[in-house]
Amino acid sequence: MKFSEGWLREWVAPDIDTATLCAQLTDAGLEVAGTSPAAPGFAGVVVGAVVDVRPHPDAERLSVCAVSDGAGTFQVVCGAPNVCAGLKAPFAKVGARLPGGAIAVAAVRGVESAGMLCSAAELGLGDAAEGLLELPEALAPGVDLYVALALDDRCIELDLTPNRGDCLSLRGIAREVATLNDIPYTAPDCQSVPAAIADQLPIDIDAPGGCPRYLGRVIRGVDLTRPTPLWMSERLRRSGLRCIDAAVDVTNYVLLELGQPLHAFDLGRLQRGIVVRMARTGERLKLLDGREVALDEDTLAIADGAGAVAMAGVMGGERSAVTAATRDIFLECAYFAPLAIGGTARRYGLQTDASQRYERGVDYALQEAAIERATRLLLDIAGGAAGPVVAAANAEHMPRPAQVTLHRHRLDALVGEAIPEAEVDRIFERLELSPSKLGAGAELAWQVTAPSHRFDIAIEEDLVEEVCRVYGYNRIGARTSALPMPLKAVPRAQAPAAALADALVGLGYREAITYTFVDPTLADLLDPEKTAPRLANPMSQDRSVLRASLLPGLVDALQGNLARQQPRVRLFELGQCFAAGAEADDPQSLVSQWVGGIACGARAPESWAAPKEELDFFDVKGDVERLLEIGGHAAAFEPTNDPALHPGQSAQVLIGGTAIGRLGRLHPEIERRLELSAPAFVFELAMEALLRTAPRRHQPVSRFPSVRRDLSLVVDAAVSAAAVEATVRDVLGDALAECVLFDVYRGEGIDCGEKSLGLGLTLQSASRTLEDDEVNRSIDALLACLRKDFGARRR
Amino acid sequence: MDIDELQAEALAAVADAATERGLETLRVHYLGRRGRITQELKGLGRLAPAERPTAGARINAAKGALVAAIDARAAALAQGQLAESLAAEAVDVTLPGRRQSGGSLHPVTQTLRRIEAIFVGAGYEVVTGPEVEDDYHNFEALNLPPHHPARAMWDTFYLEGGLLLRTHTSPVQARVMERSAPPIRIICPGRVYRRDSDLTHTPMFHQVEGLVVDEGIGFADLKGVVIGFVHRFYDREVPVRFRPSYFPFTEPSAEVDAQCVHCEGVGCRVCGDTGWLEVMGCGMVHPNVLSMSGIDAGRYTGFAFGFGADRLASLYYEVGDLRLFFDNDVRFLAQFG
Repeated sequence: MKFSEGWLREWVAPDIDTATLCAQLTDAGLEVAGTSPAAPGFAGVVVGAVVDVRPHPDAERLSVCAVSDGAGTFQVVCGAPNVCAGLKAPFAKVGARLPGGAIAVAAVRGVESAGMLCSAAELGLGDAAEGLLELPEALAPGVDLYVALALDDRCIELDLTPNRGDCLSLRGIAREVATLNDIPYTAPDCQSVPAAIADQLPIDIDAPGGCPRYLGRVIRGVDLTRPTPLWMSERLRRSGLRCIDAAVDVTNYVLLELGQPLHAFDLGRLQRGIVVRMARTGERLKLLDGREVALDEDTLAIADGAGAVAMAGVMGGERSAVTAATRDIFLECAYFAPLAIGGTARRYGLQTDASQRYERGVDYALQEAAIERATRLLLDIAGGAAGPVVAAANAEHMPRPAQVTLHRHRLDALVGEAIPEAEVDRIFERLELSPSKLGAGAELAWQVTAPSHRFDIAIEEDLVEEVCRVYGYNRIGARTSALPMPLKAVPRAQAPAAALADALVGLGYREAITYTFVDPTLADLLDPEKTAPRLANPMSQDRSVLRASLLPGLVDALQGNLARQQPRVRLFELGQCFAAGAEADDPQSLVSQWVGGIACGARAPESWAAPKEELDFFDVKGDVERLLEIGGHAAAFEPTNDPALHPGQSAQVLIGGTAIGRLGRLHPEIERRLELSAPAFVFELAMEALLRTAPRRHQPVSRFPSVRRDLSLVVDAAVSAAAVEATVRDVLGDALAECVLFDVYRGEGIDCGEKSLGLGLTLQSASRTLEDDEVNRSIDALLACLRKDFGARRR
Repeated sequence: MDIDELQAEALAAVADAATERGLETLRVHYLGRRGRITQELKGLGRLAPAERPTAGARINAAKGALVAAIDARAAALAQGQLAESLAAEAVDVTLPGRRQSGGSLHPVTQTLRRIEAIFVGAGYEVVTGPEVEDDYHNFEALNLPPHHPARAMWDTFYLEGGLLLRTHTSPVQARVMERSAPPIRIICPGRVYRRDSDLTHTPMFHQVEGLVVDEGIGFADLKGVVIGFVHRFYDREVPVRFRPSYFPFTEPSAEVDAQCVHCEGVGCRVCGDTGWLEVMGCGMVHPNVLSMSGIDAGRYTGFAFGFGADRLASLYYEVGDLRLFFDNDVRFLAQFG
């Protein structure tokens, strides 16, 4: 809502400057988004009187005028079509500054011109560039235009919350300012205009739920070619509206002034009477903005005998629109229910000044005053004769004023301190809430009636807000509450998610936060077997499905970094992933928490201290093993057939036989399709399983010396290290303190198809020093078992 | 050669010894079993008994002096050798250390941790919930029935099938109120989604919402917590102001501004020349919201607040464009290690 401060001050005149006024409005919940001067700035422009006009000797379209500034007469060349003797127009004298530049004496086609007569556009007062800005005859020549047009004014723009539809008018803002300053405000004259003619158009309300009240009036014999007076066009301009013709300008003016949208139809183009009804499915309507829409049956329409002529409360139709040639008008002034209009405007994507007001609630008692006010203004400007106001209304569907009681104790409890009674009285009076009081002291209560312009007062808390915002949110004290201090439970069986993030940071990963919606092509490539929910209204195709795993986001982040010449990347992310399930009515069942990472490029940062080595599977596996330590899990890694991963360098991770994630190199085919310049390794683990902590119990550390034996074994290349280790643990049992696989070798000296494993075994007893003999016997037994299980022999 | 000469000779030889081995030879030569000073001691028997004490004392003194000289020389030689090897082992300490590259937490995560630490310290519990929500918890339970015009305040992403991406973390509050009785004191951090993208809006961002429900909670308590939080977050007592606003789930509702931390209220590019930065929305929980979740709105009152963690992070770290947070450029992320 944009308006002129000068206009507001005509309604209500507090003795405060613009800045204070704006601060007051903002503090009362009518946020001032900005202010701007009413005119962009010109100087040296006065009211000029055109005394004489003669044709230019050398140019058909130019005139040579004599212009008086009251003191002298100047020769001015002018190209405007509307210049004529007797006209008063802005006269930029030599030396004047306009938004477009300074004025100097110039020769125009050989004729000297001492100054310039200006259009509105040339002064920065709107976009009318066709002709000179015609000034009221009453203005005296030579008066500075700033003074003549009261341009020492500011435009104030409010950013209103949707509950304050009542402030979408000068009347509403004036009421607020009056309340805040505890002074009265004055409304314009809305006296009824008696009918001069008997003509009327029948009105039939067929949809009283959407339109409880509809007023109409015939006005005949108007002349819409007459210009809108400058005072009105200036106010419209300062409110951000363009001048069209007298009919549109008057309805817009009353809309701004009182908050009541009106619509003027060309009476001659209406057939029979007005019917307010729901549109018929597929009924077509060509709107004023030229768009043609197919209406649906949830749309409230204004129709005549030939079909819909307007989308009620939103926009009129082209067929019945007024034009310069219109002589007879039908003026509509209705109350449409907020719910009937709000849905419509959104469904058709049409936000208009009218729909904005109707969907927030237009004062349902305002229609008579508004139609009289508009009639008066229209007759004054465009002439004509008005018929009687015809009203159709359905009392049953009219809003009922809410009766709300505010109790003293409730007010005090919700505020946290006592606002004085007289203050509350005053606030309710000024806000026109018709308060009456019951009881006294702690039993005191105010009973109020919501006025017809307020749609946001229904419960006691609404009144608390009214009191607080007018009293001043910033005057209410801040209390450091004396709340109970329950101690917080810290679950023993679950590690905090932050532990995973902290561990990964320690391992050299940077945390990424990627968009939860991903490119379906990438998702299909990386998770062909998973289906994720699709967005019904994505912002773009490449962010149109939810992620089924963290991989698409991480891969996308890797690609971005590689493209920005960052070849060494280690990223991780924690977050929710989603499963599709159209039937699921519990959203929680679709969601799971994952931790994932991606690594690409050199194993370590480039350094003098170590040769450059590329990452491999075991770097990432080591990182996963570190994460598994947080919950104290003994996990198994098994080869897997994951379509996203390299079949020979990938594994699934199992805890207690249940798969909880995967790791490995991206499938080389995928790397090729994504044009990755180096192998990328990824991991992804279910957080819930990872963070569930296994119970931990202390094991005493042996005080007795340990014995280490190293074994070099040759086994078939297909034998897994984990299987050999399992046998070692099984055979040596409690005597085994540690088993390290210190070497894996294939090549010279070993048959192809075989490999050599170097095992470092540490044996130790908890109760005594081990004898050499028993160690040797244990190792022999182990070797026998390994021979039997795997055909292992010592190298 | 008398004992004085012998001592002088031996001390001179020790002083000249250049190696530990040479020093050992000298020790054997003078102090060994057949060493010259040892021989002198053995020769004492040949002297008259009256001379023996004086001569003995004299030889022992020479022996003592020599032992001390040899020890001192040995220590000096060892010291020199150590110094030599230390010098040989010296490294250029200005060379960079050998390390894995630094990891880092995302600046938004760091901001969330800071926020959580402030509230957890005051006894709030951190609660999270699903980012995919049903219409009931995201809207209806928050006093936004279907077709409520205020639903237009949130441009919502819908899933095929009717669920939606939560537009705020308020549904977590609704879920907590459904399953627990007052007193409730929680914050709900998490990702939220709105169809919006420009310098100051990303279609995904992080919100932290707080909820306190108990007997006797008033607007003054809300002010105390909000002002306190802003002061702790910035670690500075910046001026804070409350403006009336509108949210369907609170009544009264307020928008909170903190004085611009860049220009200290003078007006600058960051605050759009207003001197104030909008930091959060808040209000007293609407009684309908309490009732719908099964809480007696006659007995209990509460307040709620919510703010964008990304926005606070952008102010805290002076990140001008919120979209940078989700670009995941390692050069950007590395600045927050």
